[in-house]
Amino acid sequence: MRQIKNIDRREFLKRLGAGAAGASAAALAGCGANDGKTAQAIVSQTEIPTDGMTYRVNPTTGDKVSLLGYGCMRWLDMGGGAGSDAASDLDQETINSLVDYAIAHGVNYFDTSPAYCIGRSERATGIALKRHPRDKYFIATKLSNFAPSTWTREASLGMYHNSFKELQVDYIDYLLLHGVGMGSGMEEFNARYIDNGVLDYLLKEREAGRIRNLGFSYHGDVAVFDHMLANHDKYKWDFAQIQLNYLDWEHAKEINPRNTNAEYLYGELAKRGIPAIIMEPLLGGRLSNVPDHIVARLKQAEPERSVASWAFRFAGSFPDVLTVLSGMTYMEHLQDNLRSFAPLVPLTDADRGFLYETANLMVQYPTVPCNDCKYCMPCPYGLDIPAILLHYNKCVNQGNVPESRQAENYRQARQAFLVGYDRSVPKLRQASHCIGCGQCAPHCPQSINIPKELQRIDSFVEQLKQGTL
Amino acid sequence: MKKGRKGTYRKIRIALAAIFFLCVTLLFLDFTGTAHQWLGWTARIQLLPALLALNIGVIIALVALTLLMGRVYCSVICPLGVMQDIFGWLGKKSKRNRYSFSPAKKTLRYSMLAVMALAIILGIGSVVALLAPYSAYGRIAQNLLQPIWIWGNDLLADWAASRDSYAFHHADVWLRGTATFAIAAATLAILGFLAWRNGRTYCNTICPVGTMLGFLSRFSLLKPVIDTSKCNGCGLCARNCKGACIDSKNHAIDYSRCVACMDCLEKCSQGAISYTIARKTAHTAESNPAGTDSSRRAFMTAAVAAGTTALLKAEEKTVDGGLAAITEKKIPARTTPIVPPGARGIKHLTRHCTGCQLCVAVCPNGVLRPSTDPETLMQPRSSYERGYCRPECTRCSEVCPAGAIVKIDRADKSSIQIGHAVWIKENCVPLTDGVECGNCARHCPVGAIQMISSDSESPDSPKIPVVNAERCIGCGACENLCPARPFSAIYVEGHERHRTI
Repeated sequence: MRQIKNIDRREFLKRLGAGAAGASAAALAGCGANDGKTAQAIVSQTEIPTDGMTYRVNPTTGDKVSLLGYGCMRWLDMGGGAGSDAASDLDQETINSLVDYAIAHGVNYFDTSPAYCIGRSERATGIALKRHPRDKYFIATKLSNFAPSTWTREASLGMYHNSFKELQVDYIDYLLLHGVGMGSGMEEFNARYIDNGVLDYLLKEREAGRIRNLGFSYHGDVAVFDHMLANHDKYKWDFAQIQLNYLDWEHAKEINPRNTNAEYLYGELAKRGIPAIIMEPLLGGRLSNVPDHIVARLKQAEPERSVASWAFRFAGSFPDVLTVLSGMTYMEHLQDNLRSFAPLVPLTDADRGFLYETANLMVQYPTVPCNDCKYCMPCPYGLDIPAILLHYNKCVNQGNVPESRQAENYRQARQAFLVGYDRSVPKLRQASHCIGCGQCAPHCPQSINIPKELQRIDSFVEQLKQGTL
Repeated sequence: MKKGRKGTYRKIRIALAAIFFLCVTLLFLDFTGTAHQWLGWTARIQLLPALLALNIGVIIALVALTLLMGRVYCSVICPLGVMQDIFGWLGKKSKRNRYSFSPAKKTLRYSMLAVMALAIILGIGSVVALLAPYSAYGRIAQNLLQPIWIWGNDLLADWAASRDSYAFHHADVWLRGTATFAIAAATLAILGFLAWRNGRTYCNTICPVGTMLGFLSRFSLLKPVIDTSKCNGCGLCARNCKGACIDSKNHAIDYSRCVACMDCLEKCSQGAISYTIARKTAHTAESNPAGTDSSRRAFMTAAVAAGTTALLKAEEKTVDGGLAAITEKKIPARTTPIVPPGARGIKHLTRHCTGCQLCVAVCPNGVLRPSTDPETLMQPRSSYERGYCRPECTRCSEVCPAGAIVKIDRADKSSIQIGHAVWIKENCVPLTDGVECGNCARHCPVGAIQMISSDSESPDSPKIPVVNAERCIGCGACENLCPARPFSAIYVEGHERHRTI
C-alpha cells in the first residue's frame, strides 16, 4: 500500500493508460450499454444458489426484503441500450426473463418510477411482475413530479394514481417522494409536496393501506434531508433512500460541495431507526469501470470477486440497510450481483479500511461524477450530456486526457480522445453546442455544474484540435 | 525492330498510366489529407491547372514531352484519358477490332479550343470547368468514387470501434452540389459510352488540351510510322486505333489525334509500324470539314438536362429518443458568396479555378461545396451549415493545382479576412428564448465578438453579441455553433476581395 501511495500522479496515470478498457469490468449499471458492449468480468462460475439470498427485516411492516433490490431505471431496449432510446421499445421478453431469474434467486424488491426509461419502466416492470403472485415481491415507485407543470395537486395525484394503472396493482409497497433536496431545495420541496397538500394525501393513503411504506429519496441540499428527519415524529417515515458507496462515504462533499457524505446520511437514519435503502452503490457503474490500477488492487485482494462486488458488499454490510438497489440491464449484471448477496459475506473492518484507501486514490482522478442517470435529458438544444461526460471520464480513466503536448502519449491520447468523441457523441450533440442556458443543472442529482463542465471539455477539445494544449 | 520490343512500349504505357491514374484518383478519394504530401504533384502536372497557375516549369516540360514523344500526356498523365481507355478496353472485350478511321473534325476542335481560351480570358469559370479534362475526371472521382471510398472507410471504422481501435474514424458522405453531381454522372455516362464504342472520341473533338497537344504532336520527334514496304494493307491497325487516326489505305497517320498508345505497334502482324524518328513528315490524312458533331451536342444537352434534375438530399440520421430533435441549418441568403482563405477573392478564384473539386474533396469541415451560380458553376464556395473553416486547417490551399487557392499557413489563416459576421436580432436565443447564451463569443477564434447587455439601461438584461468587424475573419464558427435554427442569429457575409488584418 505504501508503495502505491508513493508513486506520483503522473506515473499513476501512465500505468493506467496501459489499457484500462479491456481489463476493467464494464459498468454494472447500464453504463456498458453506451458503447454497445458488456465486458462484465464474470467472477466465479459456480452455480448461484436459489436459497442463498440475505434478507433484512423492515421493523415497521415486518417485510422480509432481499438485500439485493432490482433497480428498474435501466431496462434493456430493442436497440441494445439501457432504455433511453425512444425509437426502440423496451425488450419486454428480456425484462420478463430477468425478473423471473431474479425472483427465482430470492430477489423480491423492485424499484421503479414514472420517469424511468422515458416513462416506460413502470409499465414494463408491471407486466413482468404480474406474472408472479403478488405476495412474492415488493413494488417501490415514486412520485416523480419534477417538472413545475406537475406541481399542482391534480397533476401530482394524477401521476400517483397512474402508477397503480401502469403497475397493475391495487397497493404499492414502498412509495417515495422522489429526489427531495434537488433543484432549489426547501422551496421546491414545499412546492412539490407541502403547499399542494400532496404529502397529507399520501399519509392518508398509507392509513388506508394503499401505500404500505412511505418514504423519500434524497439528493442535493442537506437542509431538506435534515428537515425530513426533524419532522420524523410527524410523518413517521418508514424508510429513506440515500446514495451510499465507498467513494461517497467520506468524499461526497469533496467531489461536490453541494453533496453530503454518506457517513452522515446513514448515521442520521440509523440513529432514528429508519431503514435505509441504498441507491447508486456503484455510482452508475463508475465504481465498476475504474482505472486499471484500481482493478489490480481490488483483484489482488479478492481475485475471485468482481470489481463491482466490492461496492455492493460495502453497501450491504451496514446493518440498517434494508436493500441495495442495482439497475441491472443484463443477465450478467444480475448474476454477478446475486453472487455478492446470496449470501452476503460482510466486509471486515480491514476490508473497509482497504476500500477507504482505494477511495482516497480514486478521488485523485479528475472524472466528472456523472452516473448516467439521464435526469438532465433531453437538453433543449440537442446535446447528449451524459454521453459527453462519460466519454471524458472514460478517457480520464484510460489516461487519454493529456496535460500538454509534451505528454509522452500525446499523439495516441489525442487520437483516442477525438476519434472516440466523434464515435460516442454525434457532432451536433457535442459540447461545442452548449450555450450555457443552465436548464439541465437543477435536474442533476449529483449537483454537477453541467454547463461549466461541458464548456471545460469543449475548450479541451479545441486545444486538442488546434494543437495548442 | 522486333515485335516483342514493340509490345514492350505498350506495356510501359499501360503501367505508367495505371500508376498515374491510381495516384490522381487517390488524391480525390483521400479525405484525411495524407495522400497530398506524396501525390499532390500528380495534380500539379495536369496541363490546364498548370496553365492557370502559370506554372512555367510544368508547361515547358509538357510541351517538351509532346514535341519529343507525341501525346503521351493524353495516354499516361490525363486521368480522363486513362478512364476512357478503361472503358474502351471493356468495349474491345465485347467486340474485337471495332474501331475504324474517321477524318479529323478540325473546325470543331479549334472552335472548342477558342471557346476555352475565351472563357479563360473572360473569366467564365463554368465553361472552363466543364471543358477541362482533368477537372471532369476530378468531379467524377469526388462525386461518384469518394462516397464509395468513404462508405468503405466507415465500415472499417465500425470494425475498429468494435475492437477499441482508433485507427479509423467516421467521415460523412453528403451531396455537396446537385448540379455538379449530375454533371459528373452525365460526364461519366456519356464519355463511358463513347469510349466503349469509339475510343477517344472526346479527346479528339472537344478536349481543348487534346487539341493543343495535338497541334504540337504533329511535329513530335518520335511517332508511330508505317513502313509501306512491309504493310500488306490489312487495316488491323486502323480497326484497333482508339484515336481513329490511322488511314491504312493511304498508309497515313493523323498525328494530331494519335495519343501514342502503341496499340498499333503490337497489333500489326507484319511488324510494319514502329515508334521511331520520322524521317519526313508523314502524309496527313485529309481533314473533313464536316462541322457539327453529334456526340458533342449529345454531351452538352445531356449535361444540361441532367444538371436541372434535382437529386434527393441525403437522409439525415434520425434523432434518438431521450434527445431533442435538431433542425437542420439552412443556408442564409448571402449578398456576397464566401470563398476560402487563400483564394484572395472571388475574382482570383474565378480566373484560376478549373472546378476539379479537389478542394471540395479534401475539406474536412463540410464547408466547401461547388457553386451553383451558372457563371461560376462547380467552383468552390464556403458555407457553414455543417461545420466552419477551422483555425488549424489549411488543406484546400495545400491541394489546389491551379493556383486558385494559394498556399497559406496557419498564421495567415487567422489573419486573412474572408468575410465578416452579421447579427440577426430576430433569431438571437437570449432574446427569443430568454436564456443565457454567448456561444458565438465563446468560440470566436480571434475574439471579435463580445457580449453586451441588450438594454444599456439595465445591466441584467439578456446579453447579446456585438461583432468587431475589423477583427472578424469570417471563419463562421459563430454561424455554425449558433443555437438558432434553421437560420443562425449570426451569419457571415463574404468579401469580394480578401484582406489581411
